[in-house]
Amino acid sequence: MRNIYFFTILFFCISPLFAKQIEVCSTCDIKTIKEAILIAEDGDEIIIKRGVYKEHGVILINKSVKIKGIGMPIIDGEFKETILKIKADNFSIEGLKIINVGQSYTKDFAAILVSKSRNFTIKNNILEDVFFGILIEKSHYGTIENNDVSSHAKDQASSGNGIHLWHCSNMQASRNTIHGVRDGIYFEFVKKSKIFDNNSYDNLRYGLHFMFSNENEYFDNVFTNNGAGVAVMFSKFIKMRNNIFTKNWGSASYGLLLKEIYDAEIENNTFEQNTIGISVDGSTRINYKKNTFSRNGWAIKIVGACYENDFAQNSFLNNALDLSYNSKINSNKFDNNYWSDYTGYDLDKNGIGDVPYRPVKLFSYIVHNTPEAIILLRSLFVDIINFSEKVSPVFTPDNLVDNSPLMKNTND
Amino acid sequence: MIRISNLHKRFGKLIVLDGLDLEIKSGGIFAILGPNGSGKTTLIKSILGMVIPNSGDIKIDGKSVLKKWDYRNQINYLPQIANFPGNLTVNELIAMVKNLRPKKSNDIDLIELFGLQPFLDKKLGNLSGGTKQKVNIVLTFMFDSDLIILDEPTTGLDPISLINLKEIIQKEKEKGKTLLITTHIMSLVDEIADKIVFLLDGNIYFKGSIDELKLQTKQTDLEHAIANLMTKENV
Amino acid sequence: MFKILKYSFYDLMRSRWSYVYFLFYLALGFVLLFLNNDINKAIITLMNIIIVLTPLIGTIFGVMYYYNSKEFTELLLAQPIKRSTIFMGQYLGISISLTLSLALGLGIPFLLYGLFRSTAIFDFGLLLVVGSFLNFIFVALAFNIALSNENKIKGFGYAILMWLFLAVIYDGIFLISLLVFNEYPLDKFSLIATMFNPIDLSRILILLKLDISALLGYTGAIFKKFFGTNLGMIISFVVLFLWVLFPVWRMNIKLRRKDF
Repeated sequence: MRNIYFFTILFFCISPLFAKQIEVCSTCDIKTIKEAILIAEDGDEIIIKRGVYKEHGVILINKSVKIKGIGMPIIDGEFKETILKIKADNFSIEGLKIINVGQSYTKDFAAILVSKSRNFTIKNNILEDVFFGILIEKSHYGTIENNDVSSHAKDQASSGNGIHLWHCSNMQASRNTIHGVRDGIYFEFVKKSKIFDNNSYDNLRYGLHFMFSNENEYFDNVFTNNGAGVAVMFSKFIKMRNNIFTKNWGSASYGLLLKEIYDAEIENNTFEQNTIGISVDGSTRINYKKNTFSRNGWAIKIVGACYENDFAQNSFLNNALDLSYNSKINSNKFDNNYWSDYTGYDLDKNGIGDVPYRPVKLFSYIVHNTPEAIILLRSLFVDIINFSEKVSPVFTPDNLVDNSPLMKNTND
Repeated sequence: MIRISNLHKRFGKLIVLDGLDLEIKSGGIFAILGPNGSGKTTLIKSILGMVIPNSGDIKIDGKSVLKKWDYRNQINYLPQIANFPGNLTVNELIAMVKNLRPKKSNDIDLIELFGLQPFLDKKLGNLSGGTKQKVNIVLTFMFDSDLIILDEPTTGLDPISLINLKEIIQKEKEKGKTLLITTHIMSLVDEIADKIVFLLDGNIYFKGSIDELKLQTKQTDLEHAIANLMTKENV
Repeated sequence: MFKILKYSFYDLMRSRWSYVYFLFYLALGFVLLFLNNDINKAIITLMNIIIVLTPLIGTIFGVMYYYNSKEFTELLLAQPIKRSTIFMGQYLGISISLTLSLALGLGIPFLLYGLFRSTAIFDFGLLLVVGSFLNFIFVALAFNIALSNENKIKGFGYAILMWLFLAVIYDGIFLISLLVFNEYPLDKFSLIATMFNPIDLSRILILLKLDISALLGYTGAIFKKFFGTNLGMIISFVVLFLWVLFPVWRMNIKLRRKDF
């Protein structure tokens, strides 16, 4: 081993420009990926040709190599353990189909495990029947792009996450498709990273999950039919833009969960047909702007203390209930939103309704106290009591109003 | 032909028919008379199966007709008030009744007799009471049935139509049909009835020919005879 | 029966009220679709209207037809036809003509709007099916009331009262009992209470398509099973069907002992 290391380093020092290609295939000289990595040196390219490679526990350490599949070679881990373990800088993995990762209740087996690495790219791979898909620890400046990660997760305890980042920074996850795992994308202690153009659906728990991760951005993603869409918890300075959250159904399921969040921007997102569009449990200084909430059970449900949140220019379209509020108003503002339930008029034709809109209805108050009452949703009796409450508010907070509701929907 | 035995009918507390027994032989015109509320219409409707008696039996040609319906193919019935669905035309109504009763009918002759041709394509809702009654009569007599029941047949008819009606009744009688007629017009009874059935308190108070009635009440004309029957009851 | 049905149907199809009803739905459809342009909102508004109005119209038509055609019915009764045949024919005649008014009145604007290119077609189809069921149910209920009441005014009164009860008062009592018995598990109770009111049942059927996201918000296991699977749809339809059968059956029982 020593010798190999020595020669590798030597080779790297004297001939950095003579990077070589190592071909792997069943009829080649080198028949396994392990062998190829063994002889590879910095700057080398390992070309894996079409075929099935039954390998697991492949380890790449401190070698800056490019691993590239031609014709989607299959690496079958036979449900044993982690398939690729990498600790290196400047490497890339591309064009592989990695399947059948081992399952464990104690170890986090992954299709690709990266730790303490910098400047790497993982792209155009297909990962099937994974436990964890791509698991990245303590790494920086990595790109995870256009991978297709899937599994058949049955319960949370025996399943892992699609793309899991832990203690990372300056990462990018884009154009990935993730489904059938526990959390589509999971960020824990991740900073300054971007998540965009991903499609995360049919996952057991969350489409995207943030914990203790500050200064991140995610945009143009689609989250469909997950246990819950996106959970952002204990994080600061998160920007969320142009995402679509749909069909996240179930008791206490939501498009977006905000828990203990500070200083976030939520802009131009679409929340459609979720049980709860956004569930907010403790948030401060959040700007909700130009979002569309369409046909959700509850567009926004606020359960914890929230301070200085600003809701402007959002569209609330045909939600069963627009807003449910169980705490004090705490200087949250609603202004210039469009509400499809608004029945006021605009005599001065300035596009803003002359009568304030009250987003909290009596029925939402009732359902909050007696959840079974949801079965009476849209019944004539409920309409009547909502109307009478609107005329003379008794139960609903009278200072929770949109004083300048828009007459027309401006977000299309 | 018709044998009614021990027929009881109550509407709530009101006893309308109280163990009525009646036998009507085939052929001839029977006038069913009685004061208002004596049970004439109830009796007729019982025969037709429209009123369900509480107890007793009605037999036509030896067969019980209670809870049956197909025997009505041998009965023509002229109801008291003629009211038809307003949006159908006369033609459609006639066609419909013919359709419901797969039997030979002579509606064309009758329509002509009552001068109904101009009304054939009119909606029933736009017709006068008298015209409606004519339509009613056409519907009743256009079929050839053994038993014909007429409930106040003269209501709203003009004199010519009345004469026509009487002629039809006579013709049917000559064919050997049995006709049951209720009416308040005594002259009509005098003119056409063979026998009188007088109902009182839900039972038969008198049954027999007009002459027998006159004899029994010692009156010379029918109107007085009937009045006599009623006052006797009142005494 | 088919003959009677045919004539009742013709009769009704020529009545002014059928057209008023048809035109009402036609206008409603056009207004909702072309002045609003939000098909989801149109469907929700339609649901609110269908659920309340179809029963009302069905009830009124049923009672009105029964009393207005009383003499004609007597004429039919003197014909060699079974009683049940006459009334079933009339019943189906009204129900079908009302259903036709509803389906055409709403169908035409939706077709013109380009429904088939829209994903709302299933929601719309469900609306029509539920509306038809409500027609059949409430005409049958109205016939029951009319058969039991000789007095026209009384019959009308009871019929309107029945509608008011099922459309509004029932839900009021329902909601109040939910609030009062807040401490107890109520999911079974609320599902059963829904089954006993055809209007609520129809509403739930439509909500299953329209607002499933909201209905799944409740944590109860029974709710989850009912709303989360096809079970809810199937049970609701079966019970709705029973809601047609039961009044029709009672109507026939009542007929056997009825004097005309």
